[in-house]
Amino acid sequence: MALAQPKITATEERLSALRLPESGVWLARARGAAQDRVRTMGLPAARDEYWKFTPPGTLVQPEAPQAAVFRHDEAPVFDGIERLKIVFVDGVFDAAASDPLEGEGLQIERLADVAAQDIHWARDLYGVLETRGQTPVDRPLAALNTAYASDGILIRVTGHVSKPVSLIYHHESTSSDAILHHVMKVEEGASLTLLENGPAAARFNKVMEVDVADSAAFHHVRAQGRDHERRAATHIFARLGRESTFKSFTLTVNGKMTRNECVIELTGDDAVAHVAGAALGDGDFHGDDTVFVTHDAVNCESRQVFKKVLRNGATGVFQGKILVKPGAQQTDGYQISQSLLLDGDSQFLAKPELEIYADDVACSHGSTSGAIDEDALFYLRARGIPGNVATDLLTLAFLAQAVDEIEDETLRTEMAARLEGWLSRRSG
Amino acid sequence: MATLDQTTEVKEGVDQETVDAVREVGGKYKYGWETDIEMDYAPKGLTEDIVRLISTKNEEPQWMTDWRLEAYRRWLSKKEPEWAMVDYPQIDFQDQYYYARPKSMEQKPKSLDDVDPKLLDTYAKLGIPLKEQMILAGVEGAGDTPAEARDGERKVAVDAVFDSVSVGTTFQKELKNAGVIFCSISDAIRDHPELVKKYLGSVVPVSDNFYATLNSAVFSDGSFVYVPPGVRCPMELSTYFRINAENTGQFERTLIIADKGAYVSYLEGCTAPQRDKSQLHAAVVEIIALEDAEVKYSTVQNWYPGDEDGKGGIYNFVTKRADCRGDRSKVMWTQVETGSAVTWKYPSCILRGDDSQGEFYSIAITNHHQQADTGTKMVHLGRNTRSRIVSKGISAGQAQNTYRGLVSMHPKAKNSRNFTQCDSLLIGDRCGAHTVPYIEVKNNSSRVEHEATTSKVDDEQMFYCRQRGMDEEEAVALIVNGFAKEVLQALPMEFAMEAQQLVAISLEGSVG
Repeated sequence: MALAQPKITATEERLSALRLPESGVWLARARGAAQDRVRTMGLPAARDEYWKFTPPGTLVQPEAPQAAVFRHDEAPVFDGIERLKIVFVDGVFDAAASDPLEGEGLQIERLADVAAQDIHWARDLYGVLETRGQTPVDRPLAALNTAYASDGILIRVTGHVSKPVSLIYHHESTSSDAILHHVMKVEEGASLTLLENGPAAARFNKVMEVDVADSAAFHHVRAQGRDHERRAATHIFARLGRESTFKSFTLTVNGKMTRNECVIELTGDDAVAHVAGAALGDGDFHGDDTVFVTHDAVNCESRQVFKKVLRNGATGVFQGKILVKPGAQQTDGYQISQSLLLDGDSQFLAKPELEIYADDVACSHGSTSGAIDEDALFYLRARGIPGNVATDLLTLAFLAQAVDEIEDETLRTEMAARLEGWLSRRSG
Repeated sequence: MATLDQTTEVKEGVDQETVDAVREVGGKYKYGWETDIEMDYAPKGLTEDIVRLISTKNEEPQWMTDWRLEAYRRWLSKKEPEWAMVDYPQIDFQDQYYYARPKSMEQKPKSLDDVDPKLLDTYAKLGIPLKEQMILAGVEGAGDTPAEARDGERKVAVDAVFDSVSVGTTFQKELKNAGVIFCSISDAIRDHPELVKKYLGSVVPVSDNFYATLNSAVFSDGSFVYVPPGVRCPMELSTYFRINAENTGQFERTLIIADKGAYVSYLEGCTAPQRDKSQLHAAVVEIIALEDAEVKYSTVQNWYPGDEDGKGGIYNFVTKRADCRGDRSKVMWTQVETGSAVTWKYPSCILRGDDSQGEFYSIAITNHHQQADTGTKMVHLGRNTRSRIVSKGISAGQAQNTYRGLVSMHPKAKNSRNFTQCDSLLIGDRCGAHTVPYIEVKNNSSRVEHEATTSKVDDEQMFYCRQRGMDEEEAVALIVNGFAKEVLQALPMEFAMEAQQLVAISLEGSVG
């Protein structure tokens, strides 16, 4: 179908504010194809069905909206955890702050460094998983990313990895517009834990393509917060092989506009995919979790657990889908999205969808929204706990179910502690 | 026509009775015969002249003609909706008749006694006797039909619509004594213009959607109900729609007004002959419930579903909406959807009055190549409003069955509640079941719960069952299967036969 003129105009305006980075043959080809995809799809507009609950304007406009830099005196997230640090400042790699790009069982490179190479393993994945994720729903911001990403990290995991890889994003310029594209390839039987945190830029567009081979495992823990001016559109495209595992957890606190899309394709039998998120939104917070899980193999399991606590007019969005393709028998799909509205101004908008073409499957989804349980609150207050403390306790208990999805105990404890700290400081 | 392919492999856990019941429902279409009767057609196609012609044939006043023309002009600029999960060939709106009337109806019969016996026979054969004395004498229509199950004492007033015209409405006198107006909409436009003018298009605006706009331009007949304040309608009202003519679209319009404190239960049935070519049915139903009023609207939709290869069948594109305008008003939609090649239908409630209630109970069964995209919208605007959605979708053969719904809690709808439960069952591995719920909560004193699982069962019910010695699994099975029956119990007696066929259905082994 031909695009509407306003959409073409908005798309061209955005593209004209960007420049295709210098690239070698394979990357230039991938970027060119992605640029074509953007033009064919057009960038998101307010009336698009997939953007029904989230106004895409600030993510699409040619210049990034100004964003004050968030200063704080807290210990950095994941501080006490031994990890391989890779730092980006406003989307630019900071070699001085980063550890050497090497590690046992790992091959780590920067996209900008390998761009000119003729042959590179990332050629088979860069923009490839993103393209697969464009059906049946268009994700034009991801295609835009593939075309214009200035840098990114390429990780190939071949063996045992001793510590997590940690991507740290700093924000220093009030008008930075960062586009990063990471590619992860976890080879057969290998496993990787990836950590992400930090405000990144005034506006951040990030794509991560993850290929998890047979019997491999990929764990992802991400903390977005507590910067309030954040505008971010992130995409994860994952493809899972036989008996592989993919687990991703995101903590989102504050942020004017955060849209996290996660597109997972289970292509090998007996694979497992878990995606979870806990969000705490205050004031003009807008947090959107959009998840699309495709079951295309037998006996796979998928789980989506998303919890949001909202107050002072905050908006939480959940769009989740489980697609079970013909033949994907013995699928076990689960999806829950819940919100706790702490006052009358906040809103929760959800579309928990199922599309099933196989008969021997179990898919369940649930979605609830409501205020804090008055009885529980009364119970705590009757035992001498002040109202605000009691509310915080119940809030934490509510979000804990999502945090519990993190498999690694150290990381789980870190996220739970961070959440507690951020909850108590949410006003500042 | 073969019933559900006997060789279809059904996965373990799906109740055999359910499979048999679906086979039965999806079996031979009983109403596929045709009445051989001479018809008057308007010329094929749709133009302003056709709209004027329909208006003239119905002897409508100028304001109504203008209303239709306005709708027609708006329709020209509207696009057919594409978002539903249904797939059908492009409809040629110029290759249809928009008006078809039995020749014998040219002179409007003064009473049912004057109606062409062929028409009366048609309805008798469908099990809808239009002779009051027959009903009074307890002489029911013969055959395996819903009417047979009717309690001899119970009376149902029927408005029978044949292609584009209403052929008669029974029990008008008795209803009049109670103050109830029940007539065809064309009569209402002539006899009660003040009511029609006030309410028509007030729930489904002229330009609401593509098919509603088309209907506003070309609706030829339908039913009108007005129940005055404080009146409990003395009998059930019912409309029976029959499509008979070929290449003809049926566009009926129903308007039901329940004034303060009134109560009415309304039934709708529909069938069509078996033909290779698909036919269009685009109806609009508007319900207005004022303070303390209650309306029960039940449908057994049994349009011709097409043959086992997906040839023919009715395209059922219907807009049904109720406006609970008054405080404490209540509207209940119950639907059993077994027919139509393609269904696109979302009976909805706008809960405007404080403490108003909306309920939606649905069983949709699709077989062969049928496609159904159906559900409801519950729009909570008033305080303390409550809604309940129970939807069961069963798909067999190569059919696609989608539940699509909206629950919206507006900021002012304080202390409101919604509970939604939708289950789907697939019989065979070539069909599909889909769920597309939209949930919008804009205040925190309201509770919204959506679930499509068998895992969350009412604790109290569980406790009750366990106490009586059932193990957990048995208790869950009992409670969950009780649910499908809940929908059926909401159906009035008149649909007991249909209900009985479906009672065997359990949602055990449902996929989501």
